[in-house]
Amino acid sequence: MIVHEWLFLTIAPCDAAEPWQLGFQDAATPMMQGITDLHHDIFFFLILILVFVLWMLVRALWHFDYKKHPIPQRIVHGTTIEILRTILPSIILMFIAIPSFALLYSMDEVVVDPAITIKAIGHQWYRTYEYSDYNSSDEQSLTFDSYMITEDDLELGQSRLLEVDNRVVLPANTHLRMIVTSADVPHSWAVPSSGVKCHAVPGRSNQTSISVQREGVYYGQCSRFCGTNHASMPIVVEAVSMKDYGSWVQNFE
Amino acid sequence: MAEIEIKTAPADFRFPTANQTRHCFTRYIEYHKCTAAKGEGSGDCQKFAQYYRSLCPGEWIERWNEQRENGNFPGPL
Ligand SMILES: [Cu+2]
Repeated sequence: MIVHEWLFLTIAPCDAAEPWQLGFQDAATPMMQGITDLHHDIFFFLILILVFVLWMLVRALWHFDYKKHPIPQRIVHGTTIEILRTILPSIILMFIAIPSFALLYSMDEVVVDPAITIKAIGHQWYRTYEYSDYNSSDEQSLTFDSYMITEDDLELGQSRLLEVDNRVVLPANTHLRMIVTSADVPHSWAVPSSGVKCHAVPGRSNQTSISVQREGVYYGQCSRFCGTNHASMPIVVEAVSMKDYGSWVQNFE
Repeated sequence: MAEIEIKTAPADFRFPTANQTRHCFTRYIEYHKCTAAKGEGSGDCQKFAQYYRSLCPGEWIERWNEQRENGNFPGPL
């Protein structure tokens, strides 16, 4: 039995959530790389503060003992320490805030004109994708629904609650615009390895830009509680070469 | 089928935020103002049509087309 467990772990896709995963998934976009780096940056300060506070706490508990100091000192004021404990944390906060804001605004910014617009529309409980750049009328030509593959229909190697029948195909190394909206209740279009989590709000269309840096299959899930089958509307993104994307579009139905 | 052209609605400085609802709506209105001024067959308006088709969910376009036919479209035309 344990052998099966290990076998499963080795064939599990790298760009999906893994059992007992604690860290991030591998970054596939500059955005996710930035998020991972910021997390590590902040963790440096976090560990620093944690060790310092613990040291102070343990030291205080150790030394403030009625046997060692029967008459406790009652210090209520100390100018030097008060200045220090105000200024030092503000400097630390600054070191956290600067890279954090830099990342936040760079994620928001649309620097270049996107090459492709893909619309992801959330439904209870599936997703519809529309590629309308190649339409010559209001009639939708490249539209499909993406349903989760149920547990009974899974094939060996496919991930439970993650695999879908129709994947979102998009070209790698290309600037893409994702238009995310919903047709009923709020959903969320989230793919961890691409660093995207975009709310799908009915009546509103949200834009987020992606540029996937390597070809591969990326898994994500609905990240806004949307009802009974909230867990059964995953997202699978398949990043391919531009040539393959072109032939996929041409051969669509 | 011929080679597809990789082209979509450009980033618009009027709509710099994540919320692109107005972007889609504005492009839809721009197209219909354009055809009203230059005639249905004018080639100049086609780019607006491409833009709003790229940006608007199909369901919205359907609804707006219906509303225009019924004369209760909520935007300036
Ligand atoms: Cu959902």
